[in-house]
Amino acid sequence: MELKFELNGKKIATVVEADSLLLDVLRSLGCASVKRGCESSNCGLCTVFVDDKPVLSCSVLAARVAGRKVTTLEGLQEEAADFGAFIADQGAEQCGFCNPGLMMNAIAMFRENPHPSEEEILSYLSGNLCRCSGYEGQLRGIQSYLAFKDAQKKGEV
Amino acid sequence: MRHVNQPVRKKDAMALVTGKPVYTGDLRDPNALVVKVLHSPHANAMIENIDTSIAMKVPGIEAIFTYKDVPQKRFTMAGQTYPEPSPYDRLLLDRHVRFHGDAVAVVAGESEKAVDKALKLIKVAYQVLPAVLDFRTAKDNPVLVHPEDNWVANCPVGADNHRNLCAHDEMSHGDIEAVLADCDLVLERTYHTKANSQAMMETFRTYTYMDTYGRLNVLSSTQIVFHARRIIAHALDIPKSKVRVTKPRIGGGFGAKQSCVTEVFPALVTWKTGKPAYLVYSRQESQTSGSPRHEMEITVRIGAMKDGRIRGFDMYTLSNTGAYGEHGPTTVGLSGHKSIPLYNRNQEAYRFTYDVVYTNMQAAGAYRGYGATQGLFAVESIVNELAAELKMDPVQLRLMNLIAEGQVPPAYYYEPCNACALDRCLKETAQRMGWDEKYPCRDMGNGKVRSVGVALAMQGSSISNVDIGGATIKLNDDGFYALTIGAADMGTGCDTILAQMAAEVMECDVDNVVVYGADTDASPYDSGSYASSTTYLTGRAVEEACEKLRESIQKIGAALMKCDVKDTDFDGKTVRCVSDPQRSVSLVDVATASMVNNQFETQFTATTSSPVSPPPYMAGMVEVEIDKATGAIQVLNYEATVDCGTVINPNLARVQTEGGIAQGIGMALYEDITYTDKGAIREDSFMQYKIPTRQDVGRIHVEFESSYEPTGPFGAKSIGEIVINTPSPAIAHAVYNATGVWHRELPITPEKILLGEKYYETSSV
Ligand code: FES
Ligand code: FES
Repeated sequence: MELKFELNGKKIATVVEADSLLLDVLRSLGCASVKRGCESSNCGLCTVFVDDKPVLSCSVLAARVAGRKVTTLEGLQEEAADFGAFIADQGAEQCGFCNPGLMMNAIAMFRENPHPSEEEILSYLSGNLCRCSGYEGQLRGIQSYLAFKDAQKKGEV
Repeated sequence: MRHVNQPVRKKDAMALVTGKPVYTGDLRDPNALVVKVLHSPHANAMIENIDTSIAMKVPGIEAIFTYKDVPQKRFTMAGQTYPEPSPYDRLLLDRHVRFHGDAVAVVAGESEKAVDKALKLIKVAYQVLPAVLDFRTAKDNPVLVHPEDNWVANCPVGADNHRNLCAHDEMSHGDIEAVLADCDLVLERTYHTKANSQAMMETFRTYTYMDTYGRLNVLSSTQIVFHARRIIAHALDIPKSKVRVTKPRIGGGFGAKQSCVTEVFPALVTWKTGKPAYLVYSRQESQTSGSPRHEMEITVRIGAMKDGRIRGFDMYTLSNTGAYGEHGPTTVGLSGHKSIPLYNRNQEAYRFTYDVVYTNMQAAGAYRGYGATQGLFAVESIVNELAAELKMDPVQLRLMNLIAEGQVPPAYYYEPCNACALDRCLKETAQRMGWDEKYPCRDMGNGKVRSVGVALAMQGSSISNVDIGGATIKLNDDGFYALTIGAADMGTGCDTILAQMAAEVMECDVDNVVVYGADTDASPYDSGSYASSTTYLTGRAVEEACEKLRESIQKIGAALMKCDVKDTDFDGKTVRCVSDPQRSVSLVDVATASMVNNQFETQFTATTSSPVSPPPYMAGMVEVEIDKATGAIQVLNYEATVDCGTVINPNLARVQTEGGIAQGIGMALYEDITYTDKGAIREDSFMQYKIPTRQDVGRIHVEFESSYEPTGPFGAKSIGEIVINTPSPAIAHAVYNATGVWHRELPITPEKILLGEKYYETSSV
């Protein structure tokens, strides 16, 4: 079947099977940042935005995004580099395989709640598994990014 | 030091955080044949008949291979130095399938759909055989996992396939029976650790293609490119010269990728069809046909005096290698050798005996900690039990008995302890945890108890007299350096820390060192990234190669200045004539000159091995909260202090430690692999095999207490594996301190806590 949607700001027309998953279609369209880590909707590696809301692309049929707007990390490179630098400064990216999903969900969190508490961060991102980092470094990175953003707003940096 | 001991950003950091296509699955040819494996639905069976004719008719199917199509020479998938201690007990595909999940057939086709369809249409008639599903009954069981005649053990590891024995050995120092007989108190306890999955986020995967020269190219998510080359050549029975193995970024390994779990299958397809092929294991396959931690049952006797002096250990380890012997003979050794030496101070005798048995369960492999994790659960737990029996503070008991610098522990292969800050690690950790106030527990008055637990750990740094680290450094235009390595950065950041070391020696910026690896055609030989060897061994190779290049740079500079090389020095930017400092040439000029009519070498390789494997040490303390009504347990705080010698990159070492502790928490509290009575694994997804989320690990806080290891690069030892070892015994201790019940079997689930189950009868003599 033909599928038309908007991917990272570009109009896309492609052919998919009725049972194609969004994850596979996005990867076949060159969005390599979208990763698969499980078959049970547990890992969060495949997180993308559909109409600006984070979803697990492994659990969405591609057909469902007809006419909608899909964003992957490929479409958020500036934000990813901006925030990612703080993860990098902690060395918290380790193998990096979970990073795109984490980036997407963290960016979603920053948009929804620019001043999350520690509890809120842990709970918002609890669906983003990471086997390497033990999560502490990611938390430090997120908190220092938030502090930096605040300081930036106040004109301190 | 300018670059060593600095929190330098990882070289690949920005590519990773912005999601660039850097992994095997991103780099493969999208038109490569899709390869999948048909797995056995039986724990032990003979294939009586296999019919692929209908499956072959599925449109788009390129090839289907069965046991009839593969070489009949056995090999091992274990990434180890040749001749491997792991027995040669595998065929690429075998008529005899030995566990639920073993490979039955390999299917290659144009699309996943076609391959999935063909998998269902392969008709297999099995003669189902009785299976060995309890490792306690495996030795001398009438059911043999490997009855075949062409089974081979290349090393004298005590293996005997007619007894289901993959390895056996006994070693000792002193007269353990006499020492124990003379002790005031002897405890004997049995501990049981389970198989755990590494659960790296990137599952096993490999891409293969033929190159211009008719060679098989293998791009794989592997920790061991050189071993993989040999293993693939063995599996296909082709010359090693026909195989090249490279690795891109790796999405986590933790030892899982120290076995060639998937490489051989697409390699077979490409070798036979000439076409590019790609295989990715699903999470389910990674859980059920992977290379998990060896399940072990460890019985320890400890002998001590009333004043707390620990005089002897007697340990017996029974290890379950599953259906194949990958890493079986070696992991088991660490269960004794990397636990008993911790208490060396007053130790007069030890004995360590083990059996490694075959069963019809998922074949085990290497997992971070590699046996030490299992042994330390036993030894640290029994030391905590001893403290309870002696009514002594477990921290004080440890401080009385710890290994220290200058000792030569018999249980650690008589290798001298050159560098050890374990006492400081323990005291620091206790201080930060507030041990004296919190030990043993506090009733919070709301049905919850908070308690603390402690454990120590050690590991090694490389395999002494076996492992090889290799590094090549080359001077390029404008004076930048190319560092080529055979070790595999699997997220650990070794590309970066090795560049830091190169920059330290060459006195340049880390950005001035580009790193390439690992590639069997281009990299200097390196045994690979395992056994906590990269920082220590490959690091030394980098140091040595760079020293040689410095000398050559000075030679070229001296020739340009027409002065004696002995009269020059080099500060990283300029070669200067010492006796006439006005004469100098810049590194840029040296680099340029090296490419015109030059006779001096500008590329150096160094190779290192080590007669010793200096242990890093670590202390860990946990604070947990237990709900008395439900048994629910929550980790609140984890304090850890690590002595890894000089810390090359504090950021990366810290995150490694935090990550290892998180994995250890999972192992302690919920990660378990269990079997149905038919031998099928229940925990075949992240739904059942729960790994810790960020809400499960509490707050982890890590500090370093450095000793200086004289044989290591810049005084460094290792960090990669030790970090997973403390959580299980520390948490078991905390649970005891809250409930009065020792849990000697992992994982310690809320159900077990609630029921206060005692899994083993205890005895004290
Ligand atoms: S792939 Fe794991 S949640 Fe989507
Ligand atoms: S960095 Fe490897 S899984 Fe998160």
